[in-house]
Amino acid sequence: MNLTLKIWRQKNQQDKGGFKDYKISDISPDMSFLEMIDVLNEDLVKKGEDPVHFDHDCREGICGMCSMVINGRPHGPKQAITTCQLHMRSFSDGDTITIEPWRAKAFPVIKDLVVDRTPFERIMQAGGYVSINTGGVPDANAIPIPKNMAEDAMDAAACIGCGACVASCKNASAMLFVSAKVSQLALLPQGMIERKSRVEKMLMQMDAEGFGACTNTGACSAECPKEISLTHIARLNREYYSAKVYSENV
Amino acid sequence: MSWFTKALSGSVGKKLVMSLTGLFLILFLIEHLIGNFMLLKGDGGVAFNEFAHFMKHNPVILVGEIVMFIGILLHVIDGLALERKNRSARPIGYATPNKSAVTSWTSKYMGPFGIIILIFLAIHLYDFFRYKYFSPVDNMPGTDISDLASLVYIKFQSLVYVVFYVIAMIVIGFHLNHGFQSAFQTLGLNHAKYTPAIKFIGSLYAILVPLGYALIPVIIYIQNISN
Ligand code: HEM
Ligand code: SF4
Ligand code: FES
Repeated sequence: MNLTLKIWRQKNQQDKGGFKDYKISDISPDMSFLEMIDVLNEDLVKKGEDPVHFDHDCREGICGMCSMVINGRPHGPKQAITTCQLHMRSFSDGDTITIEPWRAKAFPVIKDLVVDRTPFERIMQAGGYVSINTGGVPDANAIPIPKNMAEDAMDAAACIGCGACVASCKNASAMLFVSAKVSQLALLPQGMIERKSRVEKMLMQMDAEGFGACTNTGACSAECPKEISLTHIARLNREYYSAKVYSENV
Repeated sequence: MSWFTKALSGSVGKKLVMSLTGLFLILFLIEHLIGNFMLLKGDGGVAFNEFAHFMKHNPVILVGEIVMFIGILLHVIDGLALERKNRSARPIGYATPNKSAVTSWTSKYMGPFGIIILIFLAIHLYDFFRYKYFSPVDNMPGTDISDLASLVYIKFQSLVYVVFYVIAMIVIGFHLNHGFQSAFQTLGLNHAKYTPAIKFIGSLYAILVPLGYALIPVIIYIQNISN
């Protein structure tokens, strides 16, 4: 396949940045999208140019690092996958592909396609943890959990913190991410100790980071590689109201 | 800030206010529509005027009216605050738009629709509501009931005014096409058991209620030119 790539290049956070066109040829349709950029980068290095910087780690859809907006869609044109799981056969020979970083005030561009996602870490630090006892190893099956609750919690836990929800939302809202993390712990007995304070603290941190609010458009869930459902946002809202009414904190 | 105002000033808190005030306005729109339909009775506006008179002198309705104005105010203040916050959350946009039509397009323009509704509301209150309390009009002959209907009949003789009114109703329909079901999601009410019903009723409401409102000036205009 022969392709034209229109890639966002930006030296650092202060640089204004802009698009640059690259021609690339002899790409196998079986390559992953990231492998295609690897090929481009080898070429750039050989020519003594700065390679295109992008985040990646696992390359199997579980780490959430491979953030990029491809032709206007986070993680490209396919449903429910990350960029590393996208194959070049999803494109046609001769295509022009536009590649941009996540765009959000809370996720500033560090270089090229790499953005700073530490706001998610700070939201997790604010409340995305559970208290546990140290001591002997507890029996894995000692705590009864209804199967449907376990399944719902597991669905929420599938969130890989990639930020595609923020990237796709017209408000750059992080509600889907926060809802997945709050849901996962609110549904399980292990999460009960911090249940009320968790939702208050995580939402407060979310607002402080400069993410937008939720207009319930559903763009996040549609672009989420793990198809996290809007029902988790509804649960997040319920958790918040109930914390405000019942919690011991003032 | 007290715990209460603090709870309502975060982004989820603001949305709770949007949702509750929006749902209250949705209920009000039905009551108002029933009143407006009386304009079509062909009795020269007597039924409409009597209804307005009853509403004006009913203490329960009066309290409801005050609550509604506070509600509109809160809806507008929080709506504009959210719109500002949401716009500032993405200072640099994308070069390529997301073409996958996965979200309803009305959900993307709630702020702009709201601003158009606000302009309509200001004109509407000035043209009609003002006469109910602040600029008394003549009574119907032989009664102590003010003749508000005549004001309406006169306004709706103007084609420009009728067109403006109909456009405003279409915009309210768009606002509620997303807003109705969104309000329940904001309240945390999303469940396979009843969410399909909410969405269905919301779509129906967003068509039928604005259509009902829009028909009234159109019918009055047509009746007037055919007389
Ligand atoms: C007929 C009058 C109106 C009705 C019945 C109405 C109803 C609603 C409802 C039910 C919602 C959904 C709330 C939610 O998502 O939880 C909403 C959202 C909204 N309304 Fe209104 N509204 C009206 C007038 C206005 C006006 C005058 C404004 C002026 C600024 C406005 C601005 C907004 C905005 C910005 C939102 C979206 C908030 C967000 O989700 O980010 N609305 N409205
Ligand atoms: S909710 Fe989905 S899109 Fe958002 S961070 Fe988690 S996995 Fe990514
Ligand atoms: S590189 Fe880990 S999810 Fe794509």
